[in-house]
Amino acid sequence: MIELFVFVVASAMVLGGAVGVVLRTHPVHAALSLVLTLFGVSVHFVAMEANFLAAVQVIVYAGAIVVLFLFVIMLLGVDKTEDLRLEPFRVQRPVAAVVGAALVSLVGLAIIASRDATTAVMGTGTEVLAADGSPLHDGNIKRLARDVFSDHVLAFELTSVLLVIAVVGTVVLARKPRTDGPGGQPS
Amino acid sequence: MIAIATPTTTWYLLLGAVLFAVGVVGVMVRRNPLVLFMCVELMLNAVNLTFVALAKKLDDIGGQTTVFFVMVVAAAEVVVGLGIIVAILRRRPNATTDDLAELKG
Amino acid sequence: MLDVVWLIPALPLAGFLFILLFGRRLGDPKSGYFATAMVGASFVVTVGVFFDLLALDAEQRTHQVTRLFSWVPLAGRSIDLAFLADPLSITMCLFVTGIGSLIHLYAVGYMHGDPRFSKFFLYLNLFAFSMLMLVLGSNLLVTFLGWEGVGTCSYLLISFWHEKESAATAGKKAFVTNRVGDWGFMMAMFFAFWAVGSLDYSALGGAAGTIAQSAATAIVLFAFVGACGKSAQLPLYLWLPDAMEGPTPVSALIHAATMVTAGVFLMVRLSPLLSVAADYAGWIIAITGVATALFAATVAVAQNDIKKVLAYSTVSQLGFMFLAVGSGAYVAAIFHMVTHAFFKALLFLGSGSVIHGMHHEQDMRRMGALRALMPITAATFIIGWLAIAGVPPFAGFWSKDEILLFAYDKSPVLYFVALVTALLTAYYMTRQVIMVFFGKAQWHDAHEEHGAAGDFTPHESPKVMVAPLVILAGLSVVGGLIQLPFSDNLKRLEHWLEPVGEHHLSASADDLTYVLMAVAVVVSIAGIAASIMVYAKHKVKPIEPAILANAWGYDRAVSRFMGGPGRQVFADIVEIDTQVIDSLVNDTGAQIAAAAGQVRKLQSGNVRNYAAAIGVGVVLLLSWFVVVRGLL
Repeated sequence: MIELFVFVVASAMVLGGAVGVVLRTHPVHAALSLVLTLFGVSVHFVAMEANFLAAVQVIVYAGAIVVLFLFVIMLLGVDKTEDLRLEPFRVQRPVAAVVGAALVSLVGLAIIASRDATTAVMGTGTEVLAADGSPLHDGNIKRLARDVFSDHVLAFELTSVLLVIAVVGTVVLARKPRTDGPGGQPS
Repeated sequence: MIAIATPTTTWYLLLGAVLFAVGVVGVMVRRNPLVLFMCVELMLNAVNLTFVALAKKLDDIGGQTTVFFVMVVAAAEVVVGLGIIVAILRRRPNATTDDLAELKG
Repeated sequence: MLDVVWLIPALPLAGFLFILLFGRRLGDPKSGYFATAMVGASFVVTVGVFFDLLALDAEQRTHQVTRLFSWVPLAGRSIDLAFLADPLSITMCLFVTGIGSLIHLYAVGYMHGDPRFSKFFLYLNLFAFSMLMLVLGSNLLVTFLGWEGVGTCSYLLISFWHEKESAATAGKKAFVTNRVGDWGFMMAMFFAFWAVGSLDYSALGGAAGTIAQSAATAIVLFAFVGACGKSAQLPLYLWLPDAMEGPTPVSALIHAATMVTAGVFLMVRLSPLLSVAADYAGWIIAITGVATALFAATVAVAQNDIKKVLAYSTVSQLGFMFLAVGSGAYVAAIFHMVTHAFFKALLFLGSGSVIHGMHHEQDMRRMGALRALMPITAATFIIGWLAIAGVPPFAGFWSKDEILLFAYDKSPVLYFVALVTALLTAYYMTRQVIMVFFGKAQWHDAHEEHGAAGDFTPHESPKVMVAPLVILAGLSVVGGLIQLPFSDNLKRLEHWLEPVGEHHLSASADDLTYVLMAVAVVVSIAGIAASIMVYAKHKVKPIEPAILANAWGYDRAVSRFMGGPGRQVFADIVEIDTQVIDSLVNDTGAQIAAAAGQVRKLQSGNVRNYAAAIGVGVVLLLSWFVVVRGLL
């Protein structure tokens, strides 16, 4: 019963936030709606016993990414409300409606149709258990760490490199252009 | 009745599907580039939700590892994307995605 | 020496390359002597190969093939660059290199003082190389390589003094007319490859028994078209009289002794196929030959340029050779080719000597009484005259008589026409000798016209030019010895060429040998006598109507046709090309561009449209999964 309640509330947060992102005219409001969605997803992670990921979700997504969004909105001063009644391409909205509905129905259909499919148990488990089989309080993070640092260590290293590249690249991209030419003297 | 049902994997998957669809519609409809980017984040979150649900169902840590990496890459992507948006909008302060159409064929 | 048969064409090729790099530095006369030495060395190698072949017995002589490399590698049917050293090719090589080296030596003296001296020998050596490739080739493709090469060198050498408009035009005319003939050669090659599967002469000879008669006839007749172009027969003889614009050594080498004989050589090489071809093939060749002979002889009677007489005379004598080929007398054709090479080269070089001594005057009406002033030239020229007129015991008599014998065997009508031609030959050659060397000196008046400073006296040519004349005169005297009809032992050429070309005389003709010989002698003497009457004793008025001087108007008719309706036809073809074919290609391009223009509109530059497109695509993909893969 608790699980059902938690599920309903968290899903309401997720969907409410999502609809808010799409429908709010002011970008800052949209960003805050995004935060609501992210929190909802984090609650779902906890409900599915992915503890570490729930923590990372809040820290990285809500704590860093959305903050970055807000910084950029404030920096550029693009916090003007957008008029949602305007739509230059008349075909765009109907197509969006159709695509959205089709996506939901088709994927939903696939999900429902395969609900009774036999599960192939990979058998690696999502937790590390204590010697006598009882769950540890940090079992999930131990198991995740074991997986990342042994089977997927190459991906780990590459993503580190990716982060460095992304940071350096963005610094270069977002630099203010110099007012004098490369030779130093105005031509 | 309501009290008896427990959320199954299928519910989570359906939720993910709906969240994803909302994200797609948002990308197609919104004109502010930053809000468009946020809708992309919605889609990524839908995918994360799906992965974790299936990891639980199949009892495999691989799903959660994938989500870990998706989050890292999404962070990097946001960083770079926002950098580009900053670079563009600095020149054209009130541009919407419709105004940035120089690559017309 | 047989294993170094490839040296024979390689030496002139080396000469060509050396002169190409160092010719200008060597200069006049060293580059000339060098070129002569190369061809002379080639002659020495040829003689060595000749003696090696003699040492083998007759059957083996036809199988000496030296393969250099595979030129056109096809599965099972490759065409090699290979040389066939058999009696026929070595005979040709002997007189090509022998007379070639004599003419090279002569040219050192003739071209002295010309600003482009070394370039002349460059071309001459290239010509020697091409001719030797033609003759030594073991398959039609190598022969064709040489064929094209001699055509090119002919163009280069005819228009050697290209500042003169007439010389440049003559070179182009020669090349283009030859090209028409080359089409025939190529068709012959295609037919041969299609019918026999190989271009090798040995394969063609071997297949003679098995291929269809129509195929053999086609090959032979197309090859004859090529031969008509190269050997100046009707209707493609036009280029040869104009080719006299080139320096005299060129006329002697290319247009008397060697290149023009390439057509006859080709027909003799294809003689196994000619023997099995339809009857009318032989008749076509013989009739064309004898008609050309008569035609050219009539025209030569009215020519006043010393070299033009000899040019038409060459066309006429080549006609005799084709008459022989058509009558199946292959040995006689080769015999006449050899003796003709001797005396025609002699006559051309002699005329060159006269021109040189007369300070480049070529009109015979302005010569006369040069006997005393140019004694050696006169003596050798007279020997050449007697040889061509068919006076025994000089070389020309024996070879011409052999041809007449076989012509009679084929048909008395052919024989009669050939006899008339022989009469005319004697007549116009005597006319030439009288006008140049005897009679009254007409060149005193020329003195003022030429504007020569000081006293203008024709003089004898330097030793370098006279020595070859003497050697060729000697050959013209004794050349007949290689094939005397008196008994089988003396028919040396026939035995030598036996595996390559055979001919048989019918019994009735065999009996008449001596009778026909006598008739030929009488006809020669009659021709000479008639000419003396007209030109020396002036008892009869000369008949030189304008129509003969204009070669029966044939040349002019061709020019008018090509310039008028001919050009129109080609202009129409060009029209079709631009409108039909070009438009097909251009329209396809235009349509593709138009279609692309429409597709372009998809690229609106707008991100949201692209997102919509992606969305639609994803939906479609999912529906395929759901519908087709059977979730429904």
